[in-house]
Amino acid sequence: MTNADAAARVAIVGSGNIGTDLMYKIERNPVLEVAAMVGIDPASEGLARARDRGYRTFDTGAKALEDILDEFDIVMEATSAGAHEANAPLYEAWGKVAIDLTPAALGPYVVPVVNLTEHVGAPNVNMITCGGQATIPMVAALGRVAPVRYAEIVATISSRSAGPGTRANIDEFTHTTARGIEQVGGAERGKAIIILNPAKPYLIMRDTVHALLAEEPDPDAVYAAVAEMAAEVRRYVPGYRLKRDPVVEGERVTVLLEVEGSGDYLPPFAGNLDIMTAAATRVAELWAMSGARAPREERA
Amino acid sequence: MSIGERPITLVDTTLRDGSHAVRHQFTEDQIRSIASGLDSAGIPIVEVTHGDGLGGSSLQYGFSLLEEGAMLRAGAASLERARLAVLLLPGIGTHVELEQALEIGASVVRVATHCTEADISPQHIAMTREAGATAVGFLMMAHMLPPAELAVQAKLMASYGAQVVYVTDSAGAMLPRDAAERVRALRDALDPSVEVGFHGHNNLGCAVANSLAAVEEGATWIDGALAGFGAGAGNTATEVVAAALDRAGADLGSVKLFQLMDVAEERARPLLPSSTTTSRSALMLGYAGVYSSFLLHAYRAADRYGLSAAEILSELGRRKMVGGQEDMIIDVALEMAQARKG
Repeated sequence: MTNADAAARVAIVGSGNIGTDLMYKIERNPVLEVAAMVGIDPASEGLARARDRGYRTFDTGAKALEDILDEFDIVMEATSAGAHEANAPLYEAWGKVAIDLTPAALGPYVVPVVNLTEHVGAPNVNMITCGGQATIPMVAALGRVAPVRYAEIVATISSRSAGPGTRANIDEFTHTTARGIEQVGGAERGKAIIILNPAKPYLIMRDTVHALLAEEPDPDAVYAAVAEMAAEVRRYVPGYRLKRDPVVEGERVTVLLEVEGSGDYLPPFAGNLDIMTAAATRVAELWAMSGARAPREERA
Repeated sequence: MSIGERPITLVDTTLRDGSHAVRHQFTEDQIRSIASGLDSAGIPIVEVTHGDGLGGSSLQYGFSLLEEGAMLRAGAASLERARLAVLLLPGIGTHVELEQALEIGASVVRVATHCTEADISPQHIAMTREAGATAVGFLMMAHMLPPAELAVQAKLMASYGAQVVYVTDSAGAMLPRDAAERVRALRDALDPSVEVGFHGHNNLGCAVANSLAAVEEGATWIDGALAGFGAGAGNTATEVVAAALDRAGADLGSVKLFQLMDVAEERARPLLPSSTTTSRSALMLGYAGVYSSFLLHAYRAADRYGLSAAEILSELGRRKMVGGQEDMIIDVALEMAQARKG
């Protein structure tokens, strides 16, 4: 509560890996603060950690927030698509902004470096997928060089970092990511592939963007656009890097990326989870700074 | 269990795994010719899909010559008795492609995951069963997991509804003893109503011997591709494993061996490119335990960057890359090329 005047107050719904990692990122952010964490399992480690840090916790689901409506501004949801579909009408009725980290995708897709300013006032925004957050900036960067006819991304993550939700609903990842490549990345057609690799030591997340451009690009222009975008993403994901120089063969471009997490709650190899929580925190931060929320006195 | 106790179901995958050998460029006429040949030779199941399964047509794996629907329809139209099978790797193919395949008439669906990742298969296995088709679980790169752990993954697939679970030697890295131990572990762990399959590649020259060892331990579904078509040094040759199983006293049901040999010789062999053989690089796949489909991609990267495909493949093995990570071939080749220069 050190930055109460500047801060937007965030209720985290979901006390699993993502929700817990969000807690650490939010409390480190100068314009955000944690208002509460909500789970459904009293024994969850995330809730225990939140309690230890002095935050309000609820173990009875999102509805519990009804009792503290004047104590938070934003809800960040890290549950499941089904839970978010059930909870979103509550947030709307309460007049709270929702940042959705599930694949429910009720609101517009957002990638901070590509299209956030278009949606800063939207009541509900969706963070697409980890693969989408990692690769869509590169698709958009290529689009600045030449129109992208087709973009295909391959996200390889450590088996260790894929939770049961992702595993049981793997088609949601491929579909949502492909749609994000088109709608946010600007590719005429998108495709996504996800691969789980169990190797030990655990693999750091790797992402590859294969694209076919409408015309043969100048390789130097490709390098410049891609490097500039990578630097933008690094502002919120410090471990985001171009693993090699992009490969340009005629109209075909291949960009090889590596995403190392910052190791807040999740280990650094789980860059896939980190890029989601970092991007969502960035969205909350920009929302807080945009003045879209009411000044504190009026809320009281 | 001894050979001959239970009938063997031979599955031919020339038009799926075999398509790696021709970079997924089978024409409609070739599909019709091979599928109808297999059908009349009494092969009960014929798989037709991009080499990397439904939705596999991509920059990552290579685009198919034909649209997926056209490929499947050509297969379906050529089969009178045999059932049409498709392969799907969750993470690559989705329910959209699966729905289309079921509509066109696929009645056997093989849902393939890396051997440790069975729990990404429940959606597609359930969809297959709901459509009334036969669901087959395919545990790829099975050499990477000890038998008891592989059996745990097989039980997961069976719990989702898989009626057959395969020990899939995607890297052609197994010796007969490895195949036998894994099949035995699955046979012991699974309910008797769930059948066990074996899918081999010939990178170490053991594909037929491995298949025989698998059958001795109770495998009843055996995969092959005609005339050594396939990824890497080729799959288990269907006509060779059929002849060997026949000599071993197996019951191959409707399969007509001599006709099968004719189809292999006259329809498939003329299409087989010289790159599908036990070359140094193909041998390296088996030796280093690398996904067989990487072979032609490694040749391409080797040409482009002035490297040897065998050394690229050996490095990929060291990094424990799994099926589908073809992008890492470029990554490794770039790194090696840079190291040479530096």
